[in-house]
Amino acid sequence: MKVEIGEVEHVARLARLKLSEDEKELFTGQLNAILDYMEKLNELDTGSIEPTFHVVSHQSVMREDAAKESQPQEAALDNAPDKAQGCFRVPKII
Amino acid sequence: MHRLTIHELHKKLKGKEVTAQEATEALLKRIKEVDPKIKAYLTVTEKEAIAGAQEADRRIADGKISPLTGIPLAIKDNMCTQGIQTTCASKILEGFIPPYDATVVKRLKDEGGVLLGKANMDEFAMGSSTENSRFTVTRNPWNLETIPGGSSGGSAAAVAADACIAALGSDTGGSIRQPAACCGVVGMKPTYGRISRYGLVAFGSSLDQIGPITKDVEDCAILLNAIAGHDPLDSTSINLPIPDYSKALIKDVKGWTLGVPKEFFVEGMDPQVEEEVGAAIRVLEGLGATVKEIALPHTGYAVATYYIICTAEASSNLARYDGVKYGFRAPESKELMEMYQETRSEGFGPEVKRRIMLGTYVLSSGYYDAYYRKASQVRTLIKEDFEKAFDQCDVIITPTAPTPAFRLGEKMEDPLQMYLSDIFTISVNLAGVPALSIPCGFSNEGLPIGLQIIGKHLEEERIIQAAYTFEQNTDHHTKRPKLS
Repeated sequence: MKVEIGEVEHVARLARLKLSEDEKELFTGQLNAILDYMEKLNELDTGSIEPTFHVVSHQSVMREDAAKESQPQEAALDNAPDKAQGCFRVPKII
Repeated sequence: MHRLTIHELHKKLKGKEVTAQEATEALLKRIKEVDPKIKAYLTVTEKEAIAGAQEADRRIADGKISPLTGIPLAIKDNMCTQGIQTTCASKILEGFIPPYDATVVKRLKDEGGVLLGKANMDEFAMGSSTENSRFTVTRNPWNLETIPGGSSGGSAAAVAADACIAALGSDTGGSIRQPAACCGVVGMKPTYGRISRYGLVAFGSSLDQIGPITKDVEDCAILLNAIAGHDPLDSTSINLPIPDYSKALIKDVKGWTLGVPKEFFVEGMDPQVEEEVGAAIRVLEGLGATVKEIALPHTGYAVATYYIICTAEASSNLARYDGVKYGFRAPESKELMEMYQETRSEGFGPEVKRRIMLGTYVLSSGYYDAYYRKASQVRTLIKEDFEKAFDQCDVIITPTAPTPAFRLGEKMEDPLQMYLSDIFTISVNLAGVPALSIPCGFSNEGLPIGLQIIGKHLEEERIIQAAYTFEQNTDHHTKRPKLS
Protein backbone atom coordinates (compact mmCIF):
# COMPACT_ATOMS: atom_id res chain seq x y z
CA MET A 1 0.00 0.00 0.00
CA LYS A 2 1.36 3.36 -1.04
CA VAL A 3 -1.07 5.59 0.79
CA GLU A 4 -2.26 5.06 4.36
CA ILE A 5 -5.39 6.63 5.74
CA GLY A 6 -3.33 9.25 7.61
CA GLU A 7 -1.87 10.47 4.35
CA VAL A 8 -5.32 10.68 2.80
CA GLU A 9 -6.33 12.90 5.73
CA HIS A 10 -3.25 15.09 5.17
CA VAL A 11 -3.95 15.47 1.43
CA ALA A 12 -7.62 16.26 2.15
CA ARG A 13 -6.50 19.05 4.50
CA LEU A 14 -4.21 20.47 1.79
CA ALA A 15 -7.12 20.35 -0.69
CA ARG A 16 -9.52 21.96 1.81
CA LEU A 17 -11.79 18.93 1.77
CA LYS A 18 -13.49 17.41 4.78
CA LEU A 19 -13.97 13.70 4.17
CA SER A 20 -16.32 11.40 6.04
CA GLU A 21 -14.89 8.19 7.54
CA ASP A 22 -16.48 6.23 4.67
CA GLU A 23 -14.96 8.54 2.07
CA LYS A 24 -11.52 8.26 3.70
CA GLU A 25 -11.68 4.50 3.47
CA LEU A 26 -13.03 4.49 -0.09
CA PHE A 27 -10.45 7.01 -1.35
CA THR A 28 -7.58 5.19 0.38
CA GLY A 29 -8.45 2.02 -1.54
CA GLN A 30 -9.09 3.77 -4.85
CA LEU A 31 -6.03 6.04 -4.69
CA ASN A 32 -3.85 3.01 -4.00
CA ALA A 33 -5.29 1.16 -6.99
CA ILE A 34 -4.79 4.17 -9.27
CA LEU A 35 -1.27 4.92 -7.98
CA ASP A 36 -0.34 1.25 -8.44
CA TYR A 37 -1.44 1.53 -12.05
CA MET A 38 0.70 4.66 -12.45
CA GLU A 39 3.76 2.63 -11.43
CA LYS A 40 3.81 1.62 -15.10
CA LEU A 41 5.63 4.86 -15.87
CA ASN A 42 8.67 3.63 -13.95
CA GLU A 43 9.28 1.06 -16.69
CA LEU A 44 10.56 4.01 -18.76
CA ASP A 45 13.96 5.56 -18.26
CA THR A 46 13.24 9.27 -18.58
CA GLY A 47 16.50 10.52 -17.05
CA SER A 48 17.52 13.11 -19.65
CA ILE A 49 14.14 13.83 -21.24
CA GLU A 50 12.84 17.38 -21.06
CA PRO A 51 9.36 17.53 -19.56
CA THR A 52 6.46 18.94 -21.61
CA PHE A 53 4.25 21.20 -19.53
CA HIS A 54 2.63 22.88 -22.51
CA VAL A 55 2.33 21.77 -26.13
CA VAL A 56 2.48 25.23 -27.66
CA SER A 57 5.46 27.46 -27.07
CA HIS A 58 4.29 29.41 -24.12
CA GLN A 59 5.36 32.95 -23.66
CA SER A 60 3.96 35.80 -21.69
CA VAL A 61 1.74 38.01 -23.78
CA MET A 62 1.89 41.70 -22.99
CA ARG A 63 -0.67 44.29 -23.90
CA GLU A 64 -0.42 48.03 -23.78
CA ASP A 65 -0.83 49.36 -20.27
CA ALA A 66 -4.01 51.25 -20.99
CA ALA A 67 -7.22 51.49 -18.99
CA LYS A 68 -10.01 49.36 -20.42
CA GLU A 69 -13.60 48.83 -19.53
CA SER A 70 -14.06 46.10 -16.93
CA GLN A 71 -16.89 44.49 -14.99
CA PRO A 72 -18.71 47.01 -12.81
CA GLN A 73 -18.42 46.28 -9.07
CA GLU A 74 -22.07 45.36 -8.86
CA ALA A 75 -21.82 42.72 -11.60
CA ALA A 76 -18.71 41.23 -9.99
CA LEU A 77 -20.57 40.90 -6.67
CA ASP A 78 -23.84 39.67 -8.16
CA ASN A 79 -23.00 35.99 -7.73
CA ALA A 80 -21.58 36.24 -4.23
CA PRO A 81 -23.31 34.07 -1.60
CA ASP A 82 -22.81 36.92 0.92
CA LYS A 83 -21.80 40.54 0.40
CA ALA A 84 -21.84 43.83 2.25
CA GLN A 85 -20.78 47.40 1.46
CA GLY A 86 -19.41 46.51 -1.94
CA CYS A 87 -17.30 43.61 -0.60
CA PHE A 88 -17.48 39.82 -0.35
CA ARG A 89 -18.41 38.89 3.20
CA VAL A 90 -16.94 35.76 4.84
CA PRO A 91 -17.05 34.23 8.34
CA LYS A 92 -14.39 35.37 10.81
CA ILE A 93 -10.82 34.57 9.90
CA ILE A 94 -9.01 34.78 13.23
CA MET B 1 -37.29 20.46 -39.53
CA HIS B 2 -35.38 19.29 -36.44
CA ARG B 3 -33.63 16.63 -38.55
CA LEU B 4 -31.84 19.19 -40.72
CA THR B 5 -28.10 19.86 -40.65
CA ILE B 6 -26.66 23.38 -40.41
CA HIS B 7 -26.05 23.59 -44.16
CA GLU B 8 -29.53 22.25 -45.01
CA LEU B 9 -31.31 24.66 -42.67
CA HIS B 10 -29.10 27.52 -43.90
CA LYS B 11 -30.30 26.90 -47.45
CA LYS B 12 -33.93 27.00 -46.36
CA LEU B 13 -33.39 30.19 -44.34
CA LYS B 14 -31.56 31.83 -47.22
CA GLY B 15 -34.26 30.77 -49.68
CA LYS B 16 -36.92 32.20 -47.31
CA GLU B 17 -38.63 28.78 -47.20
CA VAL B 18 -38.59 28.99 -43.43
CA THR B 19 -37.87 31.62 -40.78
CA ALA B 20 -35.40 31.29 -37.92
CA GLN B 21 -38.31 31.63 -35.51
CA GLU B 22 -40.13 28.69 -37.11
CA ALA B 23 -36.97 26.60 -36.99
CA THR B 24 -36.32 27.51 -33.35
CA GLU B 25 -39.92 26.76 -32.37
CA ALA B 26 -39.68 23.37 -34.12
CA LEU B 27 -36.53 22.56 -32.16
CA LEU B 28 -38.05 23.70 -28.85
CA LYS B 29 -41.01 21.42 -29.56
CA ARG B 30 -38.64 18.56 -30.34
CA ILE B 31 -36.82 19.16 -27.04
CA LYS B 32 -40.15 18.95 -25.17
CA GLU B 33 -40.87 15.63 -26.89
CA VAL B 34 -37.55 13.84 -26.53
CA ASP B 35 -35.67 15.47 -23.67
CA PRO B 36 -37.78 13.87 -20.93
CA LYS B 37 -36.37 10.57 -22.27
CA ILE B 38 -32.73 11.47 -22.91
CA LYS B 39 -32.23 14.39 -20.49
CA ALA B 40 -29.59 16.08 -22.61
CA TYR B 41 -30.27 19.60 -21.33
CA LEU B 42 -29.68 21.15 -17.92
CA THR B 43 -31.26 24.45 -18.98
CA VAL B 44 -33.50 25.19 -21.95
CA THR B 45 -33.46 28.90 -22.75
CA GLU B 46 -36.78 29.16 -24.53
CA LYS B 47 -37.27 32.91 -24.14
CA GLU B 48 -33.74 33.82 -25.19
CA ALA B 49 -33.93 31.36 -28.09
CA ILE B 50 -37.07 32.98 -29.51
CA ALA B 51 -35.58 36.45 -29.06
CA GLY B 52 -32.35 35.28 -30.75
CA ALA B 53 -34.33 33.79 -33.64
CA GLN B 54 -36.29 37.01 -34.14
CA GLU B 55 -33.04 38.96 -34.26
CA ALA B 56 -31.71 36.43 -36.79
CA ASP B 57 -34.84 36.91 -38.91
CA ARG B 58 -34.25 40.66 -38.92
CA ARG B 59 -30.69 40.11 -40.12
CA ILE B 60 -31.87 37.73 -42.82
CA ALA B 61 -34.47 40.28 -43.96
CA ASP B 62 -31.62 42.81 -44.21
CA GLY B 63 -29.71 40.36 -46.40
CA LYS B 64 -27.08 39.78 -43.69
CA ILE B 65 -27.09 36.02 -43.49
CA SER B 66 -24.01 34.01 -42.53
CA PRO B 67 -23.80 30.19 -42.32
CA LEU B 68 -24.90 30.15 -38.65
CA THR B 69 -27.55 32.89 -38.73
CA GLY B 70 -30.76 31.47 -37.29
CA ILE B 71 -29.26 28.03 -36.53
CA PRO B 72 -30.44 26.59 -33.16
CA LEU B 73 -27.48 25.30 -31.13
CA ALA B 74 -26.76 23.66 -27.78
CA ILE B 75 -23.75 24.60 -25.62
CA LYS B 76 -22.09 22.38 -23.03
CA ASP B 77 -22.72 23.78 -19.58
CA ASN B 78 -19.05 24.54 -18.89
CA MET B 79 -18.98 27.52 -21.27
CA CYS B 80 -20.03 30.85 -19.82
CA THR B 81 -23.24 32.34 -21.20
CA GLN B 82 -24.05 35.85 -20.09
CA GLY B 83 -27.23 35.97 -18.01
CA ILE B 84 -27.79 32.20 -18.30
CA GLN B 85 -26.92 29.81 -15.48
CA THR B 86 -23.64 27.93 -16.06
CA THR B 87 -23.10 25.08 -13.61
CA CYS B 88 -20.56 22.61 -15.02
CA ALA B 89 -23.15 20.11 -13.72
CA SER B 90 -21.80 20.84 -10.23
CA LYS B 91 -23.61 21.80 -7.06
CA ILE B 92 -20.74 24.16 -6.29
CA LEU B 93 -21.67 26.37 -9.26
CA GLU B 94 -25.43 26.05 -8.86
CA GLY B 95 -27.03 29.44 -9.43
CA PHE B 96 -23.94 30.96 -11.06
CA ILE B 97 -25.01 33.48 -13.70
CA PRO B 98 -21.94 34.53 -15.71
CA PRO B 99 -21.61 38.29 -16.28
CA TYR B 100 -19.96 37.65 -19.67
CA ASP B 101 -19.99 35.26 -22.65
CA ALA B 102 -17.19 32.81 -23.41
CA THR B 103 -15.39 33.85 -26.61
CA VAL B 104 -16.89 30.89 -28.52
CA VAL B 105 -20.40 31.81 -27.38
CA LYS B 106 -19.84 35.42 -28.36
CA ARG B 107 -18.62 34.33 -31.81
CA LEU B 108 -21.70 32.15 -32.36
CA LYS B 109 -23.97 35.00 -31.28
CA ASP B 110 -22.11 37.47 -33.52
CA GLU B 111 -22.93 35.17 -36.44
CA GLY B 112 -26.59 35.11 -35.43
CA GLY B 113 -26.57 31.59 -33.96
CA VAL B 114 -29.51 30.80 -31.66
CA LEU B 115 -28.81 29.36 -28.20
CA LEU B 116 -31.34 26.65 -27.30
CA GLY B 117 -29.86 25.75 -23.95
CA LYS B 118 -27.04 24.32 -21.86
CA ALA B 119 -26.17 20.66 -22.23
CA ASN B 120 -25.53 18.16 -19.45
CA MET B 121 -22.03 16.83 -18.77
CA ASP B 122 -19.95 15.02 -16.19
CA GLU B 123 -19.30 17.37 -13.27
CA PHE B 124 -16.44 19.70 -14.31
CA ALA B 125 -16.03 17.51 -17.44
CA MET B 126 -14.57 14.72 -15.31
CA GLY B 127 -15.90 11.45 -16.61
CA SER B 128 -16.59 9.31 -19.65
CA SER B 129 -20.31 8.62 -19.25
CA THR B 130 -22.04 11.86 -18.08
CA GLU B 131 -23.11 9.86 -15.01
CA ASN B 132 -21.04 12.19 -12.83
CA SER B 133 -23.48 15.08 -13.40
CA ARG B 134 -24.84 16.25 -10.04
CA PHE B 135 -28.22 17.01 -11.61
CA THR B 136 -29.38 14.32 -14.04
CA VAL B 137 -28.31 11.23 -15.97
CA THR B 138 -28.30 11.64 -19.76
CA ARG B 139 -29.23 8.59 -21.80
CA ASN B 140 -27.99 7.42 -25.19
CA PRO B 141 -30.70 8.07 -27.82
CA TRP B 142 -29.81 4.77 -29.51
CA ASN B 143 -30.52 2.76 -26.36
CA LEU B 144 -31.86 4.47 -23.27
CA GLU B 145 -30.20 1.92 -20.98
CA THR B 146 -26.71 2.85 -22.16
CA ILE B 147 -24.47 5.85 -21.52
CA PRO B 148 -24.16 8.67 -24.08
CA GLY B 149 -20.42 8.83 -23.41
CA GLY B 150 -18.80 11.75 -21.67
CA SER B 151 -18.06 14.22 -20.61
CA SER B 152 -19.91 16.09 -23.41
CA GLY B 153 -22.70 13.49 -23.26
CA GLY B 154 -25.52 16.03 -23.21
CA SER B 155 -24.22 17.81 -26.34
CA ALA B 156 -23.72 14.54 -28.26
CA ALA B 157 -27.10 13.09 -27.20
CA ALA B 158 -28.88 16.33 -28.17
CA VAL B 159 -27.30 16.26 -31.65
CA ALA B 160 -28.08 12.53 -32.14
CA ALA B 161 -31.68 12.97 -30.99
CA ASP B 162 -32.21 16.01 -33.25
CA ALA B 163 -32.81 18.11 -30.13
CA CYS B 164 -30.52 20.78 -31.62
CA ILE B 165 -29.01 21.31 -35.06
CA ALA B 166 -25.44 21.18 -33.72
CA ALA B 167 -23.59 21.67 -30.44
CA LEU B 168 -20.34 22.66 -28.81
CA GLY B 169 -18.48 20.33 -26.48
CA SER B 170 -15.10 20.40 -24.78
CA ASP B 171 -12.42 17.72 -24.86
CA THR B 172 -9.69 17.23 -22.24
CA GLY B 173 -9.06 13.51 -22.81
CA GLY B 174 -11.71 12.49 -25.33
CA SER B 175 -14.77 14.28 -24.02
CA ILE B 176 -15.96 15.35 -27.50
CA ARG B 177 -14.85 12.32 -29.52
CA GLN B 178 -15.92 9.48 -27.21
CA PRO B 179 -19.52 10.74 -26.75
CA ALA B 180 -19.68 11.50 -30.49
CA ALA B 181 -18.71 7.86 -31.12
CA CYS B 182 -21.22 6.55 -28.56
CA CYS B 183 -24.05 8.65 -30.06
CA GLY B 184 -23.20 8.19 -33.76
CA VAL B 185 -22.34 11.82 -34.59
CA VAL B 186 -19.27 13.77 -35.72
CA GLY B 187 -17.10 15.36 -33.03
CA MET B 188 -13.81 17.22 -33.40
CA LYS B 189 -11.14 18.23 -30.94
CA PRO B 190 -9.11 20.87 -32.78
CA THR B 191 -5.40 21.54 -32.24
CA TYR B 192 -4.65 22.84 -28.75
CA GLY B 193 -4.71 26.63 -29.07
CA ARG B 194 -6.85 26.80 -32.21
CA ILE B 195 -9.97 27.76 -30.23
CA SER B 196 -10.07 30.32 -27.43
CA ARG B 197 -10.64 28.86 -23.97
CA TYR B 198 -11.72 32.22 -22.54
CA GLY B 199 -14.93 31.59 -20.60
CA LEU B 200 -14.51 27.81 -20.66
CA VAL B 201 -14.46 26.65 -17.04
CA ALA B 202 -10.93 25.28 -16.63
CA PHE B 203 -10.29 21.60 -15.86
CA GLY B 204 -6.88 20.63 -17.31
CA SER B 205 -5.62 23.87 -18.82
CA SER B 206 -2.84 22.35 -20.95
CA LEU B 207 -5.30 19.79 -22.40
CA ASP B 208 -8.76 21.44 -22.61
CA GLN B 209 -10.06 22.38 -26.04
CA ILE B 210 -13.52 23.35 -27.30
CA GLY B 211 -14.88 21.80 -30.50
CA PRO B 212 -17.96 21.09 -32.63
CA ILE B 213 -20.36 18.15 -32.32
CA THR B 214 -22.43 17.87 -35.50
CA LYS B 215 -24.59 15.61 -37.67
CA ASP B 216 -22.09 15.57 -40.54
CA VAL B 217 -18.60 16.65 -41.58
CA GLU B 218 -19.75 19.71 -43.55
CA ASP B 219 -21.38 21.09 -40.37
CA CYS B 220 -18.16 20.40 -38.47
CA ALA B 221 -16.26 22.62 -40.93
CA ILE B 222 -18.91 25.37 -40.71
CA LEU B 223 -18.89 25.45 -36.91
CA LEU B 224 -15.09 25.33 -36.82
CA ASN B 225 -14.96 28.33 -39.17
CA ALA B 226 -17.06 30.28 -36.70
CA ILE B 227 -15.13 29.50 -33.51
CA ALA B 228 -11.49 29.09 -34.57
CA GLY B 229 -8.94 31.85 -34.30
CA HIS B 230 -6.74 33.91 -32.06
CA ASP B 231 -8.21 35.61 -29.01
CA PRO B 232 -6.28 38.23 -27.04
CA LEU B 233 -8.17 37.05 -23.95
CA ASP B 234 -6.54 33.58 -24.10
CA SER B 235 -2.74 33.72 -24.04
CA THR B 236 -2.54 30.09 -25.19
CA SER B 237 -4.58 30.70 -28.34
CA ILE B 238 -2.45 30.49 -31.47
CA ASN B 239 -1.98 33.71 -33.43
CA LEU B 240 -1.99 32.33 -36.98
CA PRO B 241 -4.39 32.89 -39.87
CA ILE B 242 -7.38 30.55 -40.04
CA PRO B 243 -8.14 28.73 -43.30
CA ASP B 244 -11.67 28.37 -44.64
CA TYR B 245 -12.35 24.83 -43.41
CA SER B 246 -15.25 24.34 -45.83
CA LYS B 247 -12.67 24.42 -48.65
CA ALA B 248 -11.41 21.08 -47.27
CA LEU B 249 -14.72 19.37 -48.04
CA ILE B 250 -13.17 17.41 -50.88
CA LYS B 251 -13.96 13.80 -51.76
CA ASP B 252 -10.47 12.56 -52.42
CA VAL B 253 -7.83 10.56 -50.55
CA LYS B 254 -6.04 9.21 -53.60
CA GLY B 255 -2.36 8.79 -52.88
CA TRP B 256 -2.76 9.48 -49.16
CA THR B 257 -1.01 7.34 -46.59
CA LEU B 258 -3.14 6.28 -43.63
CA GLY B 259 -1.15 5.36 -40.56
CA VAL B 260 -2.63 2.57 -38.48
CA PRO B 261 -0.88 2.21 -35.12
CA LYS B 262 -0.35 -1.41 -34.20
CA GLU B 263 -0.54 -0.57 -30.49
CA PHE B 264 -4.21 0.38 -30.85
CA PHE B 265 -5.36 -3.01 -32.07
CA VAL B 266 -4.49 -5.16 -29.10
CA GLU B 267 -6.07 -6.60 -25.95
CA GLY B 268 -9.43 -5.51 -24.64
CA MET B 269 -10.87 -4.22 -27.91
CA ASP B 270 -14.43 -5.24 -28.72
CA PRO B 271 -14.33 -7.51 -31.82
CA GLN B 272 -17.19 -5.57 -33.43
CA VAL B 273 -15.27 -2.30 -33.05
CA GLU B 274 -12.24 -3.94 -34.62
CA GLU B 275 -14.35 -5.25 -37.48
CA GLU B 276 -16.12 -1.97 -38.28
CA VAL B 277 -12.93 0.09 -38.04
CA GLY B 278 -11.19 -2.45 -40.28
CA ALA B 279 -14.03 -2.16 -42.80
CA ALA B 280 -13.77 1.65 -42.70
CA ILE B 281 -10.05 1.48 -43.42
CA ARG B 282 -10.77 -0.78 -46.40
CA VAL B 283 -13.29 1.79 -47.72
CA LEU B 284 -10.59 4.46 -47.71
CA GLU B 285 -8.14 2.01 -49.26
CA GLY B 286 -10.67 1.33 -52.00
CA LEU B 287 -10.70 5.07 -52.69
CA GLY B 288 -6.99 5.13 -53.39
CA ALA B 289 -5.34 5.55 -49.99
CA THR B 290 -2.46 3.36 -48.86
CA VAL B 291 -2.44 1.82 -45.41
CA LYS B 292 0.81 1.77 -43.48
CA GLU B 293 1.37 0.20 -40.10
CA ILE B 294 2.96 2.76 -37.82
CA ALA B 295 4.19 2.70 -34.23
CA LEU B 296 3.10 4.90 -31.34
CA PRO B 297 5.21 2.97 -28.85
CA HIS B 298 4.26 4.91 -25.72
CA THR B 299 0.50 4.46 -26.12
CA GLY B 300 0.42 2.03 -23.19
CA TYR B 301 1.65 4.79 -20.87
CA ALA B 302 -0.85 7.43 -21.94
CA VAL B 303 -3.62 6.72 -19.42
CA ALA B 304 -1.25 6.85 -16.44
CA THR B 305 0.43 10.00 -17.80
CA TYR B 306 -2.88 11.69 -18.47
CA TYR B 307 -4.42 11.01 -15.06
CA ILE B 308 -1.38 12.48 -13.32
CA ILE B 309 -1.28 15.63 -15.46
CA CYS B 310 -5.01 16.30 -15.65
CA THR B 311 -5.63 15.74 -11.94
CA ALA B 312 -2.65 17.92 -11.02
CA GLU B 313 -3.98 20.75 -13.21
CA ALA B 314 -7.53 20.19 -11.94
CA SER B 315 -6.52 20.33 -8.30
CA SER B 316 -5.07 23.80 -8.75
CA ASN B 317 -7.79 25.04 -11.14
CA LEU B 318 -10.54 23.97 -8.76
CA ALA B 319 -8.94 25.70 -5.78
CA ARG B 320 -10.94 28.78 -6.77
CA TYR B 321 -14.22 27.22 -5.60
CA ASP B 322 -14.22 28.42 -2.04
CA GLY B 323 -17.76 29.67 -1.46
CA VAL B 324 -16.69 33.33 -1.52
CA LYS B 325 -17.15 34.76 -4.99
CA TYR B 326 -19.93 32.74 -6.62
CA GLY B 327 -21.99 29.59 -6.45
CA PHE B 328 -22.69 27.47 -3.41
CA ARG B 329 -21.59 28.22 0.16
CA ALA B 330 -22.19 25.77 2.99
CA PRO B 331 -24.51 27.51 5.42
CA GLU B 332 -23.75 28.11 9.09
CA SER B 333 -19.98 27.79 9.07
CA LYS B 334 -18.53 29.63 12.06
CA GLU B 335 -15.09 30.40 10.70
CA LEU B 336 -13.34 30.70 7.35
CA MET B 337 -11.41 27.41 7.12
CA GLU B 338 -14.48 25.46 8.17
CA MET B 339 -16.49 27.33 5.52
CA TYR B 340 -13.97 26.42 2.77
CA GLN B 341 -13.91 22.77 3.76
CA GLU B 342 -17.63 22.34 4.17
CA THR B 343 -18.44 24.24 0.98
CA ARG B 344 -16.04 22.12 -1.08
CA SER B 345 -17.04 18.84 0.55
CA GLU B 346 -20.74 19.40 -0.07
CA GLY B 347 -20.30 21.21 -3.37
CA PHE B 348 -18.11 18.67 -5.21
CA GLY B 349 -19.25 15.16 -6.16
CA PRO B 350 -17.22 11.96 -5.59
CA GLU B 351 -15.28 11.90 -8.91
CA VAL B 352 -14.26 15.55 -8.59
CA LYS B 353 -13.10 14.98 -5.01
CA ARG B 354 -11.18 11.88 -6.08
CA ARG B 355 -9.38 13.83 -8.79
CA ILE B 356 -8.64 16.78 -6.52
CA MET B 357 -7.20 14.31 -3.98
CA LEU B 358 -5.10 12.53 -6.62
CA GLY B 359 -3.90 15.83 -8.11
CA THR B 360 -3.04 17.28 -4.72
CA TYR B 361 -1.15 14.09 -3.85
CA VAL B 362 0.94 14.00 -7.05
CA LEU B 363 1.88 17.66 -6.61
CA SER B 364 2.54 17.43 -2.89
CA SER B 365 5.97 17.82 -1.38
CA GLY B 366 8.09 14.69 -1.88
CA TYR B 367 5.99 13.26 -4.72
CA TYR B 368 6.23 15.96 -7.39
CA ASP B 369 9.27 14.46 -9.15
CA ALA B 370 8.02 10.87 -8.95
CA TYR B 371 4.64 11.66 -10.45
CA TYR B 372 4.10 15.08 -12.05
CA ARG B 373 7.59 15.58 -13.44
CA LYS B 374 7.82 11.94 -14.55
CA ALA B 375 4.45 12.17 -16.32
CA SER B 376 5.48 15.42 -18.03
CA GLN B 377 8.61 13.67 -19.34
CA VAL B 378 6.56 10.75 -20.66
CA ARG B 379 4.31 13.34 -22.28
CA THR B 380 7.34 14.45 -24.31
CA LEU B 381 7.81 10.85 -25.50
CA ILE B 382 4.13 10.59 -26.48
CA LYS B 383 4.33 13.88 -28.38
CA GLU B 384 7.47 12.69 -30.20
CA ASP B 385 5.72 9.43 -31.12
CA PHE B 386 3.18 11.47 -33.08
CA GLU B 387 5.85 13.66 -34.70
CA LYS B 388 7.70 10.58 -35.93
CA ALA B 389 4.49 8.89 -37.08
CA PHE B 390 3.48 11.90 -39.17
CA ASP B 391 6.78 11.68 -41.06
CA GLN B 392 5.32 8.50 -42.58
CA CYS B 393 1.62 9.21 -43.05
CA ASP B 394 -0.94 11.94 -43.75
CA VAL B 395 -3.46 11.03 -41.06
CA ILE B 396 -3.67 8.33 -38.39
CA ILE B 397 -6.73 6.08 -38.20
CA THR B 398 -7.84 4.35 -34.98
CA PRO B 399 -11.04 3.37 -33.21
CA THR B 400 -12.38 6.24 -31.06
CA ALA B 401 -13.26 4.00 -28.11
CA PRO B 402 -12.48 0.34 -27.34
CA THR B 403 -16.19 -0.60 -27.02
CA PRO B 404 -19.57 0.77 -28.05
CA ALA B 405 -21.55 2.61 -25.33
CA PHE B 406 -21.64 0.56 -22.12
CA ARG B 407 -24.63 0.18 -19.82
CA LEU B 408 -25.54 2.86 -17.31
CA GLY B 409 -23.94 2.13 -13.92
CA GLU B 410 -21.56 -0.47 -15.34
CA LYS B 411 -18.30 1.34 -14.53
CA MET B 412 -19.34 3.67 -11.72
CA GLU B 413 -17.85 1.53 -8.95
CA ASP B 414 -14.43 1.20 -10.57
CA PRO B 415 -12.84 4.53 -11.52
CA LEU B 416 -9.81 2.90 -13.15
CA GLN B 417 -12.01 0.93 -15.58
CA MET B 418 -13.82 4.15 -16.43
CA TYR B 419 -10.46 5.87 -17.08
CA LEU B 420 -9.44 3.08 -19.47
CA SER B 421 -12.39 3.83 -21.77
CA ASP B 422 -10.41 6.91 -22.88
CA ILE B 423 -7.42 4.84 -23.91
CA PHE B 424 -7.55 5.78 -27.63
CA THR B 425 -8.33 9.46 -27.22
CA ILE B 426 -6.12 10.82 -24.46
CA SER B 427 -2.73 10.60 -26.16
CA VAL B 428 -4.10 13.09 -28.71
CA ASN B 429 -4.69 15.67 -25.95
CA LEU B 430 -1.28 15.01 -24.43
CA ALA B 431 0.31 15.71 -27.84
CA GLY B 432 -2.01 18.66 -28.57
CA VAL B 433 -2.82 17.45 -32.10
CA PRO B 434 -6.31 17.58 -33.68
CA ALA B 435 -8.61 14.56 -34.09
CA LEU B 436 -12.17 13.79 -35.11
CA SER B 437 -14.61 10.95 -34.50
CA ILE B 438 -16.97 9.92 -37.28
CA PRO B 439 -19.60 7.13 -37.25
CA CYS B 440 -18.31 4.04 -39.08
CA GLY B 441 -20.84 1.32 -38.29
CA PHE B 442 -23.05 -0.28 -35.67
CA SER B 443 -22.73 -3.14 -33.20
CA ASN B 444 -25.09 -6.14 -33.26
CA GLU B 445 -27.11 -4.35 -30.55
CA GLY B 446 -27.51 -1.35 -32.87
CA LEU B 447 -25.07 0.92 -31.02
CA PRO B 448 -22.88 3.29 -33.06
CA ILE B 449 -19.13 2.75 -33.46
CA GLY B 450 -16.73 5.64 -34.04
CA LEU B 451 -13.65 5.97 -36.23
CA GLN B 452 -10.97 8.38 -35.03
CA ILE B 453 -8.94 10.37 -37.57
CA ILE B 454 -5.90 12.11 -36.09
CA GLY B 455 -3.99 14.84 -37.90
CA LYS B 456 -0.77 16.74 -37.56
CA HIS B 457 -0.61 19.89 -35.47
CA LEU B 458 -2.87 22.54 -37.14
CA GLU B 459 -3.89 20.20 -39.99
CA GLU B 460 -7.62 20.08 -39.28
CA GLU B 461 -8.18 20.45 -43.03
CA ARG B 462 -6.66 17.05 -43.80
CA ILE B 463 -8.83 15.44 -41.14
CA ILE B 464 -11.93 17.09 -42.60
CA GLN B 465 -11.00 15.94 -46.10
CA ALA B 466 -10.45 12.33 -45.00
CA ALA B 467 -13.64 12.31 -42.92
CA TYR B 468 -15.69 13.90 -45.71
CA THR B 469 -14.39 11.39 -48.25
CA PHE B 470 -15.34 8.51 -45.94
CA GLU B 471 -18.75 9.97 -45.10
CA GLN B 472 -19.70 10.69 -48.70
CA ASN B 473 -18.87 7.12 -49.67
CA THR B 474 -20.84 5.49 -46.83
CA ASP B 475 -24.30 6.00 -45.32
CA HIS B 476 -23.71 5.77 -41.55
CA HIS B 477 -24.36 9.49 -41.06
CA THR B 478 -27.87 9.18 -42.51
CA LYS B 479 -29.04 6.79 -39.77
CA ARG B 480 -31.00 8.11 -36.81
CA PRO B 481 -32.11 6.56 -33.52
CA LYS B 482 -35.77 5.51 -33.33
CA LEU B 483 -36.87 7.92 -30.63
CA SER B 484 -40.56 8.19 -31.60
